[in-house]
Amino acid sequence: MNTKVSQPSPTTNLLEVKDLRVYYETPGGDILAVDSIDFELKEGETLGLVGESGCGKSTAAMGILQLVQPPGRIVSGEVRLQGKDLLTLSEGKMRQLRWSKLALIPQGAMNSLNPTMRIYRQIQDVILTHQTTGSDKLSADQIKNRILELLRMVGLPERIYQMYPHELSGGMKQRVCIAMAIALNPSLIIADESTSALDVVVQRVVAQTILRVKQMLGVSMIIIGHDMGLMAQIVDRIAVMYAGKIVEIAAVRDIFNNPSHPYTQLLIESIPSLKEQKPLKVTEGLTHDPRHPPPGCIFQLRCPIVTDQCRSIAPKAHLIRVEQSVACHAYENTDVARTV
Amino acid sequence: MTGKLDDRITFLGRKLGVFLLTVWTSATLIFIIPRLAPGDPIAAMIARMSQQSGYVENADKIIEGWRERFGLNDPPSIQYVRYLGNLFHFDLGYSMASFPATVSVMIGRALPWTVGLSLVSILATFLIGNFVGALLAWQKTPRWIKLCIPPTMIFTSIPGMLAAVALLYIFSFQLHRWLGLSAPLFPLRGAYGRGLEPGVSWPFILSVIHHGILPVTSIVLVRFGYWALGMRGMMITVEGEDYMHLARAKGLRPFYILYHYMIRNAILPQITGLALSLGTMVGGQVLVEIIFSYPGMGTLIYTAVRNQDFPVIQGATFIIIVGTATAVLLIDLLYPLIDPRISHQGK
Repeated sequence: MNTKVSQPSPTTNLLEVKDLRVYYETPGGDILAVDSIDFELKEGETLGLVGESGCGKSTAAMGILQLVQPPGRIVSGEVRLQGKDLLTLSEGKMRQLRWSKLALIPQGAMNSLNPTMRIYRQIQDVILTHQTTGSDKLSADQIKNRILELLRMVGLPERIYQMYPHELSGGMKQRVCIAMAIALNPSLIIADESTSALDVVVQRVVAQTILRVKQMLGVSMIIIGHDMGLMAQIVDRIAVMYAGKIVEIAAVRDIFNNPSHPYTQLLIESIPSLKEQKPLKVTEGLTHDPRHPPPGCIFQLRCPIVTDQCRSIAPKAHLIRVEQSVACHAYENTDVARTV
Repeated sequence: MTGKLDDRITFLGRKLGVFLLTVWTSATLIFIIPRLAPGDPIAAMIARMSQQSGYVENADKIIEGWRERFGLNDPPSIQYVRYLGNLFHFDLGYSMASFPATVSVMIGRALPWTVGLSLVSILATFLIGNFVGALLAWQKTPRWIKLCIPPTMIFTSIPGMLAAVALLYIFSFQLHRWLGLSAPLFPLRGAYGRGLEPGVSWPFILSVIHHGILPVTSIVLVRFGYWALGMRGMMITVEGEDYMHLARAKGLRPFYILYHYMIRNAILPQITGLALSLGTMVGGQVLVEIIFSYPGMGTLIYTAVRNQDFPVIQGATFIIIVGTATAVLLIDLLYPLIDPRISHQGK
C-alpha cells in the first residue's frame, strides 16, 4: 500500500465528481441508479468502488465516461477531469478526450472485442482515430511496433497480433483489453469488474497485470468490483456504494480494520475466511424499491442499528478520521473538524 | 501447417460430397415425379395436333414411333441409368414441343437472361435493404430519414407480379401520354430492342439496361423490406453487445463504428440469407419474367409446363437445382472469409 494515502494529500485532484445523478427511466418511475455521489481521485491514486450487484457502481462509471445509454440519463452533476467538466463538453470534444485521457477496461471481457476484427486492428483503430494530424503521426511500422510493445507489456505473445478474439482465452482477451486501455497513455483508467468473469488463477494474473501496468505508467485508476480480497491488494482507497449512494470512503486499511458504516461492516464480515468456518451472516431485509427510496437513510431497511432518526432524516457524510468519511447517524458526534 | 491444409481438404471434400448428393437426389426425384403424373406427353401432343388439323393419320404409329425414339418403352431402371448417364455430360435430350431443338440449347439461350436479371436484382435488393435497415437502427440517423423509410415498405406486402403489372402500366402505358411524349418511357416487353444483334456493342448493352430497369425495380421494391427489417433487428442486437460499448468508449468516429463494428457484425446472418436467395437465382423470377415477356428460364419453364414438354421441364429443373447447390457451395466456401469464427476445421 502506498504511503501517500495516509497522509493528507498534497497532490492535485485528477478527477472530481460532484453530485452525480444517473437515473434510468422506467414506466413505473425513474430508477435512481446513481443518486448524488461525490468523490475525488488524486493523481496516481487508485480508488476501489465496491458494493453489491445493482448498487450503481457500473452506472457511476458510465456516468463518468459519459457512456450512459438510454433509457439511462445523467440528471445532474459535475465530472471534472483535470478541471474540465466533461458534462458540458460537446460530443466531438468528448470523443477526442475519450481513450486519450479516459480509458476503460470493460466488464464483459469475453464479448468486448469485435469478433470480426483481428486483435491488432482493434488496437490500431484507437491509435489512428486519436492521432492528431501533423508531425507526431506514426508510420505503419511504428504503429505495429507500438502494438507489439503493448502486447508484451501485458504479457501476451506476439502471435496474438494477427489473431481473432475467438482464438483467445478469456484471460488473454482481458489482457488485450488492458493493452488497449494503455495504448494512448491515458490519465485515468476505469476497470469495470474486469476480473469478474474469470477463474481465480486467471483473475490473479489479470490483477497482477493491472497492477504492473499501473506501476509502470503511474496512471490513476478506478477499479470497480466486489472481490474485497483483490481490492485489498490493488487499491489505495475504497468507496463503498449502496443503492446509488456512497456510504463510506476510506483508505483501504481503515476499511478493513475499522469498517464504520453498518453496511461496510456487513460487507467485510461476509468475506469468507479459510482459517475458520464462521456461520454465514444472513442479510436481513430487502433493499428498497430503487424507484422510491424511503425518506431518511437508504440503508434503514437492512440496518442492524437502525433508529427512528434514520427513518426520517438522511445522514450527512461524517469525517470520522482523516480521509474516512461515513454517511451514518451513528457517527454524528465523532466528526473531526474538516481540515480541507 | 499441414494439419491446417488437411483440414481444409477434408472440409472441401465434405462440402463437395454434400453438393454431389444433392444433385443426385434431385436428379432422381426429377426422374420419378413426372412419371407419376397422369397424362402421356406424346398422346397430349398428338391430341393438340389433331385439334389444330382436325385429324392425324396413323396416330398410334406416330405415338409408338416417338415412344421408341424417346426410349419410353424400356424398363424404368434402364431409362434411369441412361438418364443419369446423359445428365453427366449435360445431354438433356430433345424438346418435345419444339423438336428438334435440344434442351441444352434452349436452356443455354434462356439462362444468361435469367441469371443477369436475378443477379442484379438480388444484389440491388440486398444492398438497398441492408443499407435501409442499418439506417433505421442507427442511433445517429437523422429523424426525417427514420420517418420516411417505413412507408416505402408498403410495397413489401404487395405480391411481386402486381408490382410488376403496376410498374408496367404506369411507365410503359400511361406516363408518356400524360407527359405528352410519343414513346413509352420504358419498353413493354422483351430483354432488348427488336432488330438489335446480341453482342458486345453499346446500343445493345444500353438496350438491355433499358429493358431491365422495370423488371429489376419490381423485384427490388417488393423484396428490400424483408432485408431492411432483418437488418434492423440484427443491428439492434449488435447495438447491445459489449464490444459496441467499448467502441464508444474508445472514441472512434461514428461512421467507423457504424461500418466496422455494427454493420460488419449485423450482416453475418444476412449473408446466409443472401446465399439462399442467390440459390433462387436461376428459377426464382418466373412470374416477373412472364409479365415482362423476358426470354429467361421462367418463361421457358412456363411454356414447357403448358406444353407438357417433359425433357425441358426436367432439364430446366435440373439446372435450377444445380445452380442452387452451386450457390450454396460457393457461399459455404466464402463464409469463413466474412466470419472468422467459422473456419474450415471440421467440428
